[in-house]
Amino acid sequence: MAEIQTLILYCLLFITLFFEVFLLITYFEVREELDFESKHVGKHIKWFPTVTIIVPCFNEERTVEKTIRSLLDLDYPKEKLSIIIVDDGSTDETLSRFVQFAKHPQIAVLSKENGGKHTALNFALERIESDLVGCLDADSFVNADALRKMVPFFNDVGIMAVTPSIKVHSPKSILQHIQKIEYSWGIFLRRMLSSLGALYVTPGPFSIFRTRVFRELGGYRHAHHTEDLEMALRLQKHHYKIVNSHGAHVYTVTPLRFSALFKQRVRWTYGFLNNVIDYRELFFNRKYGHIGLFILPIATSSIFSTLYIAGRTVWNNFFSISSMLTKLQIVGWNWNPPSLDWFFINTSVVSFLALSAIILTLVILSLAIRLTEGKFTITRGIFYYLAIYIFIVPLWLIRAVFSTVFRRQISWK
Amino acid sequence: MINLKKYIAALSITAVIFGTAIYVSNLFGQKKLEDVHAIENRVALDILSSETQFMLLEETSCKDIGPGFLSKELGSIGERLTYAENQTELNTNDLEYLKRSYFLLEIKDYLLMKRLTEKCGIKPTFILYFYSTKDVCEDCERMGYVLTALRNKYPDLRVYSFDYNFDVGAIDTLVSIYKVRPELPALIINGLSYYGFHSVEELESTVPALKELARRARVAERATTSVKTLD
Repeated sequence: MAEIQTLILYCLLFITLFFEVFLLITYFEVREELDFESKHVGKHIKWFPTVTIIVPCFNEERTVEKTIRSLLDLDYPKEKLSIIIVDDGSTDETLSRFVQFAKHPQIAVLSKENGGKHTALNFALERIESDLVGCLDADSFVNADALRKMVPFFNDVGIMAVTPSIKVHSPKSILQHIQKIEYSWGIFLRRMLSSLGALYVTPGPFSIFRTRVFRELGGYRHAHHTEDLEMALRLQKHHYKIVNSHGAHVYTVTPLRFSALFKQRVRWTYGFLNNVIDYRELFFNRKYGHIGLFILPIATSSIFSTLYIAGRTVWNNFFSISSMLTKLQIVGWNWNPPSLDWFFINTSVVSFLALSAIILTLVILSLAIRLTEGKFTITRGIFYYLAIYIFIVPLWLIRAVFSTVFRRQISWK
Repeated sequence: MINLKKYIAALSITAVIFGTAIYVSNLFGQKKLEDVHAIENRVALDILSSETQFMLLEETSCKDIGPGFLSKELGSIGERLTYAENQTELNTNDLEYLKRSYFLLEIKDYLLMKRLTEKCGIKPTFILYFYSTKDVCEDCERMGYVLTALRNKYPDLRVYSFDYNFDVGAIDTLVSIYKVRPELPALIINGLSYYGFHSVEELESTVPALKELARRARVAERATTSVKTLD
């Protein structure tokens, strides 16, 4: 039994290390491309396609005004940019926030009964005639140059969607600082996946599509509360190219408290698992390139490997604590300082492999922060992330896997 | 289009990391076993030295026995072997060999100790402890904590621990001499057998040798306190 467990651990560590090495190789391949994008993309634009941004709202009275203002402040020709706000049957003061924008030439306000985010998006999509269309969640704000940095990618006729880099808006709590680091990691990962043609999510905050995508593939679906993930998988299934613009920054309000974060992450993980089940034909299929052959299988397996390692750690610690308690009960408090003799340092193969994986993780994390912030600085968020994040992730993974296995519905908010 | 070269490169680098981890771990494992082996050699030499001294005693007196007469490193080997047993990467055959040597050294040390106590009239302060690693023995783990605590409390106490089921003829002989039943954990203190778990307090109050050690410790403590008061 112990041998089987060790073998499983070796396999998981091998996959983890392989993925990290693969990411680093990709990074070194595209390093010059990243520099070029940072310096030149968004400048000297000759073609400004018409763009419509849809803002679906459901009870977003606190943030929606700021969201709309950030869109109006976009550095983009006014006559080429229009905004459609869709109130999805809000029950708070969201609708009253739109009064001041009612006569704005760039803005159209629509209202409908509550039916979920995908219905609000589809309601607006029916009325769109622009070249490009995007969505911006009503709790997110765009940088003024975001659209200018994304539009040039559409000069390539093969590109059907461009995703931005999402950052955390004004982090205050420890959890938000943790999410800031996590989002930096996400920015790095998405940029690498973009180079591999393997993006599997077109995030709600400010992903831009060619309008014909929706005419050809249909509108948004409920998709287990993760319509942005399903849309990306649908694009990938039809070999529609998605790329990421790491220089286009969008800021989003992230959960302040654990309960809200837990719900959000359960929804994301549940949505991922159920959508990959729906799109299982992509798995290990060379026809779909890196996403089918490698990225989707490893992203799925990472959920289970995290749970296995977390379970094993809890089990081992349970025995250590149980032994300590037995000792305490028998001979009382008799603390001896840990031995400094090198003999008692754990020199097992697993320890060295885990150390290698940790070192590679730290290297990738530093590159991710450099890519996101322009330079690497040590912040308290990094310490929170390293000390707390690994302990909370298994909680929502367990819940999401449980809900998937036992077909339990999850809530949106 | 899939770039297979990248997969091969990533696979090669990962394989190198894996190979290095296995190599370095084996290297350390080997060093650890060599470390235990070196201590065993030192203990064997100590015992040989003690035996030689003991033979010389026939011609001299017990006063000539210095404080370093018995090897102090047996406990250190025991701790190392216990730790090494939980390290899966160590070579099992090497570990078995080292355990065998350790048990034999313990028996030799015990015999020397016994002869010394008979010859010089020293009161014996040693315990033969039989445990099991073959079957689940929760009381053995608990008894181990008690004996470690006793050894820390009374530095003169020598505890010789033996794996009851380990295939060493000398252990079998010890078992038959003291008629140790397979009801583990078992302690042999001055020829008397104690089976099952016993707490520190129980042993200190029921075992004469430990009673004596506890009394001596109290006297020494009182003496230290009086010196401090006089100061």
